[in-house]
Amino acid sequence: MSTKLIYFAWVRERIGKPEEHVELPAGVETVADLLRWLKSRGEEYENALQYPDVIRVAINQEHVGHREKIAGAREIALFPPMTGG
Amino acid sequence: MASTVVPAIRVQREDFDVAAEIAALTEGRADIGAVVTFSGLCRDEKGALAALELEHYPGMAEAEIGRIATEAIGRWPLQGLTVVHRHGKITPGENIVLVVAASAHRQAAFEAANFLMDYLKSRAPFWKKEHRADGSEGGWVEAKEADDEAADRWKTPDK
Repeated sequence: MSTKLIYFAWVRERIGKPEEHVELPAGVETVADLLRWLKSRGEEYENALQYPDVIRVAINQEHVGHREKIAGAREIALFPPMTGG
Repeated sequence: MASTVVPAIRVQREDFDVAAEIAALTEGRADIGAVVTFSGLCRDEKGALAALELEHYPGMAEAEIGRIATEAIGRWPLQGLTVVHRHGKITPGENIVLVVAASAHRQAAFEAANFLMDYLKSRAPFWKKEHRADGSEGGWVEAKEADDEAADRWKTPDK
């Protein structure tokens, strides 16, 4: 099953695209696994996800922690800490 | 009663009219005793800032503000609640965000508006990028730890 990844703000700029569809390999079970796997996909990902602890994640448009399981996620968004308001 | 209040939530590019938003909440009602409004504006940082570009996550922005608003309605006896958050390019002096909280008494309205803003700052998916007055691009505004701390003080022991 293909999963839609969406990027915002400097995560989007560093990765160089606003979204993409990916086939998650076996073993990528949690948000932390996903960040680790993405980081290995190339220099732009490495650059965007250099400090995974600061990356905020939403699954199906709801905030989740890095230990959250991603099974069944249609849409996973990665972004920096928010600065609205 | 509080549980029947449906918050009005809008995420939009256009400006908003604070007086019109208050009127929309209070018109034709005699039970509201207190209306607290908070407006957040774009400031020019002593002339250094030309504009802010607000990026948002369409869909989640509305949903997350809705979740925060629902929590506020559960915690305070509100009679009305409006939240408007703008996106796109906003120049100094323009509005960015509006919270209008109505209640029978002032304390609930003050506290709910304060809570809403603290949570919006750290949980609503918006990001500000600076355009500098000298023509350079500027960077992404960094999240402030003080904003996270401000949101944390509303946490209840059971959460």
